[in-house]
Amino acid sequence: MNINATIFGQMIAFAFFVWFCMKYVWPPLTAALAERQKKIAEGLEAADKAESDLEQAQVQVAEQLKEAKTEASGILEQANKRASQIVDEAKDQAREEGQRIIAGAQAEIEQEVNRAKEHLRGEVASIAIAGAEKILEASVDESAHAELAEKLAASL
Amino acid sequence: MASEATQDEGHEVELSQTQGEYIQHHLQFLTYGKHPDGHWGLAHSEEEAGDMGFMSVHVDTLGWSIVLGLLFVLSFKKAAEKASAATPTGFQNFVEWVFEFVEQNVKDTFHGTNSLIAPLALTIFCWVILMNFMDLVPVDILPWLAQTISGSHETAFRVVPTTDPNITLGMSFSVFFLIIFYSIKVKGTGGFLKELAFQPFGWKMMPFNLLIEVPTLLAKPVSLGLRLYGNLYAGELVFLLIALFGVYQLPAHFIWAAFHLLIVPLQAFIFMMLTIVYLSQACEHH
Repeated sequence: MNINATIFGQMIAFAFFVWFCMKYVWPPLTAALAERQKKIAEGLEAADKAESDLEQAQVQVAEQLKEAKTEASGILEQANKRASQIVDEAKDQAREEGQRIIAGAQAEIEQEVNRAKEHLRGEVASIAIAGAEKILEASVDESAHAELAEKLAASL
Repeated sequence: MASEATQDEGHEVELSQTQGEYIQHHLQFLTYGKHPDGHWGLAHSEEEAGDMGFMSVHVDTLGWSIVLGLLFVLSFKKAAEKASAATPTGFQNFVEWVFEFVEQNVKDTFHGTNSLIAPLALTIFCWVILMNFMDLVPVDILPWLAQTISGSHETAFRVVPTTDPNITLGMSFSVFFLIIFYSIKVKGTGGFLKELAFQPFGWKMMPFNLLIEVPTLLAKPVSLGLRLYGNLYAGELVFLLIALFGVYQLPAHFIWAAFHLLIVPLQAFIFMMLTIVYLSQACEHH
């Protein structure tokens, strides 16, 4: 073990390196790490906030969904009601129309029947006259007996 | 011998070297100093280096120590300049990892505000680790390079700065001066002397207290420096002995290197932690 001036050389070098480290290495590293720490903390905070925002949004979405569902079911119900109403109305109209058609038909039938009766009456009168002519074999004054035949026809 | 493999030119010289001489030569420093006849220059043998006395410098270990120190500060400075709040990558990541490791240790141990201790601890940790790692460079490569460059097989060249007690004691005594400085700064000269004289048994037992406290104080830098030196010197010596095994040195070298890989950071960590502990004691009031 030979101790010599190397020991002073090492002390000077040591002092220099420590000074250098203290001045040029430590402060920038500390500053950078502190800044990063701050940034990370901010990031985490933002993430927390975003999470709570998301939760809130989800609650809102659920609420809106529920609202929309009730609204939709309301609309559906209303539509159903309206549809049955329309059907009922249509049924009523159809019934009315039917009755109207039936009434018209009956009236027409009655008219036809009357006309036929009238016609028949005419026919019967002429048949009766012809019959009477044949029965009497004699010339009958048509104009004298027309009244009689009319009476007969009207009684039919 | 390991040197046979690397040195064709020095075949005869190396063969004539005994194993003792091989190790002896590897434990010699490249010394620059004042020769007894008054002129300055490199020592060419161990005797010449011894004759120089205190006024000499180990060019090899001090040189490597400074080179490795520069490697540390410059690479860390580069990383520190690039450091930002953005995502770190590569070497930047490594630097921040080391930084946080040291900072955490300082925070856990040193309770107070002191802008010197954390950078001091970082410097010690990184620098000592780098110096210790030189031990894992095969023992003959760099000396062979130095001998090739200088052209003399007698050139001594040691590459592991922490196997030089001058280096380790230089650091530990710097720490010692800081201990004294902070003791006096925090407690005052009177407080510091009182701590030496009136503890642990009160003022009536002052001589006895001094007998306990003064060696305790002085033992701090000595043990701090010699612990590091001893561990690395022993490791270096085992590597040299292994280098004498011939071809069998390869597995043996591997095993010892793997074991040494644990010692390298451990010793750096111990040096750093003890520095922090001593300085935190110096800054504490009793």
